[in-house]
Amino acid sequence: MVTEAENIDAHDITLTVNGTPYRRQVEARTLLSDFLRHDLLLAGTHVGCEHGVCGACTVLFDGAAVRSCLMFAAQADGHAILTVEGLAGDPEHLHPLQEAMRECHGLQCGYCTPGILMTMKAFLEETAAPDEAQIREALSGNLCRCTGYQHIVEAMQLAAERLRG
Amino acid sequence: MATRNFGAPIRRNEDKRLLTGQALFVDDVELPGMVYAAFLRSNVAHAAIRSIDVSAARARPGVVAVYTAADLGAYWAPGPLLVPPPPIADIVFNQRTQVPLAKDKVRHVGEPLAVVLAQSRYLAEDALADIAVELDPLPAVVDLEAALADASARVHEDVRGNVAAHVRQTRGNYASARAGADRVIGRRFHYDHGASSPIETRGIVANWDARANQLTVWDTTQAPVFLRNGLAAMLGLSERQVRVIAPFVGGGFGPKIMLFYPEEVVIPWVARKLNRPVKWIEDRLEHFFATTQERGQTHDAEIALSRDGRILGVKDVFLHDTGAYNPYGLTVPINSQCTLLGPYVVPAYDSTFTAVFTNKPIVTPYRGAGRQHGVFVMERLLDIAARELKLDRAEIRRRNFIPPDAFPYNNEIIYQDFAPLSYDSGNYGPVLDKALAMIDYDRFLAEEQPRLRAQGRHVGIGIACYVEGTGIGPYEGAKVQVQANGRVNLATGIGTQGQGHFTSFAQIAADQLGVAVSDVDVVTGDTDQFYWGAGTFASRGAVVAGNAVNEAAKVVRQKILRLAAEHFECAEEDLEIANGAVSVVGVPGQAVTLGALALKANPMRGAVRPGTEPGLESTQYFGPPGGATASGAHAMIVEVDPQTFTLEVRKYAVVHDCGTVINPLILAGQIHGGVAQGIGNAFYEQLVFDEAGQLLNASLADYLLPTALEVPRMEIGHTVTPSPLNPLGIKGAGEAGAIPVGPLFAQAIEDALALPARNVELNEIPLSPNRLFELTTKPP
Repeated sequence: MVTEAENIDAHDITLTVNGTPYRRQVEARTLLSDFLRHDLLLAGTHVGCEHGVCGACTVLFDGAAVRSCLMFAAQADGHAILTVEGLAGDPEHLHPLQEAMRECHGLQCGYCTPGILMTMKAFLEETAAPDEAQIREALSGNLCRCTGYQHIVEAMQLAAERLRG
Repeated sequence: MATRNFGAPIRRNEDKRLLTGQALFVDDVELPGMVYAAFLRSNVAHAAIRSIDVSAARARPGVVAVYTAADLGAYWAPGPLLVPPPPIADIVFNQRTQVPLAKDKVRHVGEPLAVVLAQSRYLAEDALADIAVELDPLPAVVDLEAALADASARVHEDVRGNVAAHVRQTRGNYASARAGADRVIGRRFHYDHGASSPIETRGIVANWDARANQLTVWDTTQAPVFLRNGLAAMLGLSERQVRVIAPFVGGGFGPKIMLFYPEEVVIPWVARKLNRPVKWIEDRLEHFFATTQERGQTHDAEIALSRDGRILGVKDVFLHDTGAYNPYGLTVPINSQCTLLGPYVVPAYDSTFTAVFTNKPIVTPYRGAGRQHGVFVMERLLDIAARELKLDRAEIRRRNFIPPDAFPYNNEIIYQDFAPLSYDSGNYGPVLDKALAMIDYDRFLAEEQPRLRAQGRHVGIGIACYVEGTGIGPYEGAKVQVQANGRVNLATGIGTQGQGHFTSFAQIAADQLGVAVSDVDVVTGDTDQFYWGAGTFASRGAVVAGNAVNEAAKVVRQKILRLAAEHFECAEEDLEIANGAVSVVGVPGQAVTLGALALKANPMRGAVRPGTEPGLESTQYFGPPGGATASGAHAMIVEVDPQTFTLEVRKYAVVHDCGTVINPLILAGQIHGGVAQGIGNAFYEQLVFDEAGQLLNASLADYLLPTALEVPRMEIGHTVTPSPLNPLGIKGAGEAGAIPVGPLFAQAIEDALALPARNVELNEIPLSPNRLFELTTKPP
């Protein structure tokens, strides 16, 4: 987050998040996760471990799934970020991934869910017709402590089917 | 009722907010002028504090304040005892509760010494490095048996032998049962449970509004009402001056019901002192020390049997690690002591435990709450007994089940709710039969296993049974109100951490009130909305609060019918409520909406009859006479790689009886999640402390939570034995999935590797590839 300018290595950055352009000044050490959550107030991206294991903070960085706790906000200069708030593209509707998660009861406390949605969006764009083993492999970088994953796997099978049309 | 929602797999009301990033979690609360807290924590397990110098930290730009125990003055006090010891004869209980900031001594790694408040969390953490602390290290108390020795260091100087508690409970006469036994089998068992590790760590935001004279606290707690009342007492405020909000909480599993955490005491005090909003969010490293864990017990247990495999008695003596303080009383070891008995007739039982203070983080309930430890001991004893008596593993269990006509069944010892351990209802044979059928037990043993073994494959099967005392008192309440727009508002005092209360409670109310589930707005965990109740623990939310919702909705239904009968000038019996409106049966077109009736129930002019209550609203409470006992059986087929000792779970079946089911989709989720945590506990998760009391694997890279690759697909079956203790017949389901997984893994892995033939028994949890290697390559 941005703090007093003294003794701080500040960077001016320009980026787009969910299609909206932003210009901000950030401290060099500001994590991308903190920048999204506390500077841009896009609090849907959650922080679970801040050491790159749990995957809750996953966002899309120029379309690739990345852990926003392992990047600095300054590294996002000139890039496009997609967060869970921008997934559906329209606040009235859910993305097919979100719909499928609801139908299959793929979330309980919902804290890990935004990271899972973003990971799986990137995955299903690369792998349109995954089998269960591929889905589990793709999911294995996101920890969920509530669901035991089974309903998430079912939701991804359903979403993949629908996204294929 | 037009449609029945109770029992249907309704999609959840809360999901849209959670799926779109719009749900409020504690760290999402942003307030103007907020300052950010970071705690300086002890980096050693046991030491006397010589000095703490915070002057350099206070001088750092961006730092607003730094406080130590000395600054808290009269506010500094050990925390309350959350659960007093049960009324058991000759009980020893030495209460030593945690303090807000350590004063003279630190007793575990991570115990807070000072708090820094700064303009950002980054600056607050910078300032932690400026604090100079001089500690005189003391020998750490780590091993339970060594802790009891006179020569041991003491966690609390005045507690000799580090004995936190000593409790003996008996039933019948074990000595005579043993004397009459054909076979007595004794073993030592270790069971270590771990860290609940919700993906959201703990967090607190406190805001003192000086103009309103009111404190608002957002907290990741499972018990908002209790937190409010306690904070008010500590701060010298009345309860109405404190509002606690437990918003969406990212998993709890027990440790989030512990209170008061030091941070929960300090942060609201700071907010008031600085007259500024304060935020503290625990990081993952802190979570491994500052949030409570469950950890270990060592049992020396023996079982006395007849030669046909009937249990004559069980004797158990165990040590329980309670950590540096014991604010949660004896809930965990009492659960172990009681749940060991399981679904079996045990005519004689003699169980003694000693709870031991250690220089490790505090132990409080984590999903299962000690039940696992007891179930592991009993299930392993039965496995060994079956082997020695040459009985089938399923058969020895079946022979000892409490028969279905023996309920209510009194075990004659005291449970965690201070009432006798009495099972309300149960029918265990069909549960086991169903699990055996789902795993294809007989065919596996007769055909599949020999066939695969002939191919050199190491496959094994396991079956484990358990009961779970759920739905204990004292009580919960609910307020149900029809709004003028026709929607129903429902508030209850418990907190919610993903259990689907926004939906399951809505289903109960919707059925009574003839509205859609999506038209019921549920509020949990906001003490301004509802301020009575105990909290979410012991698998009790659906049972206790669910029945309170039902009672309140029933009263509102009566109010609706009475008012509609006046409106239509007809008898209440001629009315039906459906689709958000009341209509006269057989008279098409005669209908009035619930919203219109709600308006009518709140007249602006004219007189009402004496005693009239405005609105279509009711608040009701429910307190069960005792806990409802759920039961189940898990079965598993596993293949073990004999070189690497990695596992592949080929099949996993759960049969569960939790009485009547509100929402099978939510129930399946609860069971899946419980099993996943059980698998973590059984084979992947272990808190590794060294002899200095340092946790060696305090990161999610080293403390291994199961991923989608370790948790198998599960098949779930149900039997339904309603509880007679509540009108809806519900029993709790939250913890069951996690309870029997340890003994199931031990049994199935033993079978897969044919360990009994090598005189190796797996009498400890967690196991792991490393541990299996050690156990199978060293002489036993």
